[in-house]
Amino acid sequence: MKQLLLILCFLFTLPAFAADPETGTAREAKSEIFDPGKVIMEHVADDHEWHFATLGDEHTGTHVTLPLPVIAYQPAHGLSVFSSSQLHHSETKTHGTVRLEEGKLASTDGSPLYDFSITKNVASLLLSCVVLILIFRAVAGGYGKRQGSAPKGLQSMLEPIILFIRDEVAKKSIGPKYERYMPYLLTIFFFIWFNNLLGLTPGAANLSGNITVTFMLALATLLITLFSSNKYYWGHIFRPPGVPLWLLPIIVPVEIVGIFIKPVSLMVRLFANITAGHIIILSFISLIFLFKSVTVSPLSLAFGLFISMLELLVALLQAYIFTLLSAMYIGGAVEEHHDADFQMGYDDGSESTHATH
Amino acid sequence: MLLSLFLQAVAAVAGNGNNLAVMGACIGAGLVALGAGVGIGRIGGSAMDAIGRQPDASGKIQTVMLIAAALIEGLALFAVVVCLLVSFKL
Repeated sequence: MKQLLLILCFLFTLPAFAADPETGTAREAKSEIFDPGKVIMEHVADDHEWHFATLGDEHTGTHVTLPLPVIAYQPAHGLSVFSSSQLHHSETKTHGTVRLEEGKLASTDGSPLYDFSITKNVASLLLSCVVLILIFRAVAGGYGKRQGSAPKGLQSMLEPIILFIRDEVAKKSIGPKYERYMPYLLTIFFFIWFNNLLGLTPGAANLSGNITVTFMLALATLLITLFSSNKYYWGHIFRPPGVPLWLLPIIVPVEIVGIFIKPVSLMVRLFANITAGHIIILSFISLIFLFKSVTVSPLSLAFGLFISMLELLVALLQAYIFTLLSAMYIGGAVEEHHDADFQMGYDDGSESTHATH
Repeated sequence: MLLSLFLQAVAAVAGNGNNLAVMGACIGAGLVALGAGVGIGRIGGSAMDAIGRQPDASGKIQTVMLIAAALIEGLALFAVVVCLLVSFKL
């Protein structure tokens, strides 16, 4: 068991690329220098093909890639669907009227182009959704099959986690109406955790470190908060209890901006944590190529291993924090009236039985 | 005075003309690390004091400590993202 754990630990330090700056061939001096910024951005950013590894030289070796479909809609030229290998094999990176410029698609004649391609991140998203659906269908089926008896297998591994989300996160933050929001909280928790972990494996896509993906998750939280808000929530925004009247022109704009800033902070926190972790690991591995010597590798791999272990913790922690804060924002929106609000002077006059004495 | 010498040296180095901005970004990132370190260090210290006083509350204290540390780290990472944007996009 311990050996298995050790093997798993060292697997996480496998370099995800083997691009060696080549020596002795007739190339410009620029390509002799290893550019860590470019290499790191290639790994962290989205791409139109899924590049797993490069066997051998960067320019003469074989690139193990999976070409992904390019789906581009140009109002002037219609819908184009083709494999991205056609873009990469052509000299000018053009196919028909679509050209690849610095990683983004553009029209050859400058007309607008809308990119609906299945990129690396989209493919990873679909893959992780399929895996999550399979896992949770199995767990749900287990409950149906084993009515009343003890859980087995995958069910028994996930049940404590699901109960933890229900008891510690949902019930404590949302209160009596927690059951309506449990599907959403469980979905974002497992989705973010699974994608964080998946992004740490070699050759994977950096999905939860893509700000568009985290934007969508934060937008979902914002919409659920706004659509389940009751009048007390808006009362607290426009008349925070206990605030004197002359302070309201300052406090109310701050509160209104706060409605939007809270999901934005969710978005940036997840994006920055995951992307920064990937950049740190890649930087340590890039050190070996920068110094062009193999003696740096024990140090580099040791630090890389340590950071990878930290990233495992960060994967879980960031998923938990996103879920907890979403639950707290939803809880703030559905909260019922409290006596403490009355004592601070926030009284809408309808509850005379709770008069302060 | 030392800072002005330093700035002159940086501005004079033949680069792509953005040396000062990148130096600012790097100093900023260092300051962010300093701030986050101080903040999370204080949280860890208070958590350890609290656990020392009441060992059987250690589960709850640990949970709250991790949450507070993650929130502060989020803030530090906003600033790191800004510094990265400056050094990679310019």
